[in-house]
Amino acid sequence: MHLIVVGLSHKTAPVEIREKLAVPESRLGEALSRLCSYPGVKEGLLLSTCNRVEVYSVVDDLETGYGRLQEFLADTHLSLSSEQLTPHLYWHTGDRAIGHLFRVASSLDSMIVGESQILGQLKDAFEVALSHKTTGLIMNKVVKKAISVAKRVRTETKIAEMAVSVSYAAVELARKIFSHMGEKTVLLVGAGEMAKLAARHLIAQGVRHVRITTRTPQYAVELATRFGGTAVPFEQFKEEMAAADIVLVSTGAAHYLISAADVHRAVRERMNRPMFLIDISVPRNIDPAVRHVDNAFLFDIDDLNQRVEQNRAERLQEAEKAEHMVLEEVGALRNWMKSLEVTPTIVALRSRVDEIKQSEVERTLGRLGHLSSTDRELVEGMASSIVNKLIHSTMVTLKSEANSSSGAAFVEAARRFFNLDEPAAGAHRIGNVTAHPDQHGSLPVGAEQEEAPPPAVRQKRQV
Amino acid sequence: MAAVCFMITLALYFVATVSFLAYLLRRSEALSKVSLGITAAGFTTHTIALVTRMVATTTPSPPSFHEALSFFSWMLVLVFLAVEFRHRIHVLGSFIVPLALISLVSAAALPETVPTLQPVFKTLWLHVTLSMLGTVGFAVAFVAGVMYLIQDRLLKSKRFNVLYVKLPALDFLDQLNQQSIVLGFPLLTLGIVTGAISAEFARGAYLNWNPEQTWALVTWLFYFVVLLGRLTIGWRAKRAAYLTVIGFAGVVLTLVGVVLKSYGAVS
Repeated sequence: MHLIVVGLSHKTAPVEIREKLAVPESRLGEALSRLCSYPGVKEGLLLSTCNRVEVYSVVDDLETGYGRLQEFLADTHLSLSSEQLTPHLYWHTGDRAIGHLFRVASSLDSMIVGESQILGQLKDAFEVALSHKTTGLIMNKVVKKAISVAKRVRTETKIAEMAVSVSYAAVELARKIFSHMGEKTVLLVGAGEMAKLAARHLIAQGVRHVRITTRTPQYAVELATRFGGTAVPFEQFKEEMAAADIVLVSTGAAHYLISAADVHRAVRERMNRPMFLIDISVPRNIDPAVRHVDNAFLFDIDDLNQRVEQNRAERLQEAEKAEHMVLEEVGALRNWMKSLEVTPTIVALRSRVDEIKQSEVERTLGRLGHLSSTDRELVEGMASSIVNKLIHSTMVTLKSEANSSSGAAFVEAARRFFNLDEPAAGAHRIGNVTAHPDQHGSLPVGAEQEEAPPPAVRQKRQV
Repeated sequence: MAAVCFMITLALYFVATVSFLAYLLRRSEALSKVSLGITAAGFTTHTIALVTRMVATTTPSPPSFHEALSFFSWMLVLVFLAVEFRHRIHVLGSFIVPLALISLVSAAALPETVPTLQPVFKTLWLHVTLSMLGTVGFAVAFVAGVMYLIQDRLLKSKRFNVLYVKLPALDFLDQLNQQSIVLGFPLLTLGIVTGAISAEFARGAYLNWNPEQTWALVTWLFYFVVLLGRLTIGWRAKRAAYLTVIGFAGVVLTLVGVVLKSYGAVS
């Protein structure tokens, strides 16, 4: 039972490859069913976004499992041969696969580190997998954990706090001038894409009054209805400026539309209430001399870009903190994964019942001091045979289901029924027996092998 | 008891100041809680010191400069904690707590027995308290003004550094500035009026135009104009910030004058 991820992302593959592999949501279910129909593939989840296509799976055998997943990916698009695809693929197993999923979910692996879309996309992919029943005990636990790790990263680091788009940087700056956006008025001069986006962000922040002016009056009216604002005739917008707390300018004009004197007049009319001007146009539409007007704060596209760059750098710093969290959480999940191995569970079960048997026998024999040594042996023998018969079918089932798809579920059930995750609790209660060596002490056979890929797979990776 | 608490307070405010200044210059938010905790602890011991001292004094004697400055410092921290509680602007502590520390250190430097004025009138404490409360208002306005000017400068020069991130929005600082003066000015006015009445009873004249009285009146007039200008012709934002910073300098000069004069009178 191994967890494996095979996929490609914006870091390893150009868009020409990614777009071919991407699976539209409508065909996701079908693809998942196909994935799980491969022999040896127990569980599957397909994460397909514009920046990555990844298959997470639980497989019986790493080497063949890797081959199957690669085959599956190559089959998703007819014109894509395995040879074309392989150089772009990366793959991880065991702890590294879990870590990779955590990192992806927390947006540490995203093109824009800290963006929040990926978490939603992962949740959607998980929903689809759940509805097609292609995930089981292991994947369910791992994906749910990934979602909670992502949430932890978002709340405990500042990774998603800082603006990393120009339009959002404008909002961030506005918040350093106005603490409450509710009563503020925005004047939109011209309607470049970024200005519209910034206006939308501002409205989302609570700005209620929007005025719009464009050279084509018709367009202004159209936009005004879309933003829930009012249109202002282009010839009059300078008179309207004094009423605007935020002026967003982005027109195609090749000259300055707003001079320092205009702004000076507006600020005076506003009784010196601060005014925030954003010029997203190239060439610029607001005279840079506005910088010298008191209580008017002008930012052009370069200023916004500078802010974005700084924030990007800062996000990367926060990402380092997030990496530590991911490692921590992987460690916690690793312990759980190990507990699902069949061999250590059988060993633990054996030692648990021996422990109970031993303490009960000793207690009883302590009271029956008059028994001869033959009688003592008889009593011990009886205890052993009761215990062995009681756990016999459990042992057999665990061994026979070890490689079936529900093997992990049986292991989990056995651990719970026999209380195997609490070290020798029953024995302590009985009293006179010292705790048996911890059942985790014996390492699962499969766990260590996950770290080192089988030689055949390693070769494939180097291609 | 009072003396011990006072010394503990002094130490705590010192540590809080260091911690708050470190908070100001570092990206991490972690120090804010530590700084706040230390300040709150200092405020508690400060309160105990003030109360035990008040209880201990049996005869009604006029407050000393030591007490007045200690009270001033206590009020400053109280105002900070109140604003912090409402708006969660930790960075305010980086400016107010050092001021409270300076005021408390000045209090410690002055002998505890030197009265503010000759014990000529029983209600002298009213004059001192009101004047001090007015001054607290101006001090907060001064802090808001300084913060405003820094943030204004950073925004204008587009330096988005640690300070930029920590300092609150300009309009919040302008609001804080206005509210502090709106509250502080009437209190100072009452303080001056009660002082004048005291003087009238004690010396038979409301005003004898000595330097510190003159300074006090000039300061009062200055803040009157600042407040009037703000409410009528839009002296807000940057101009208000400048004016309140200058005004507070006047207040501090007046206080220093009063202290020095009393010293001369006693020795």
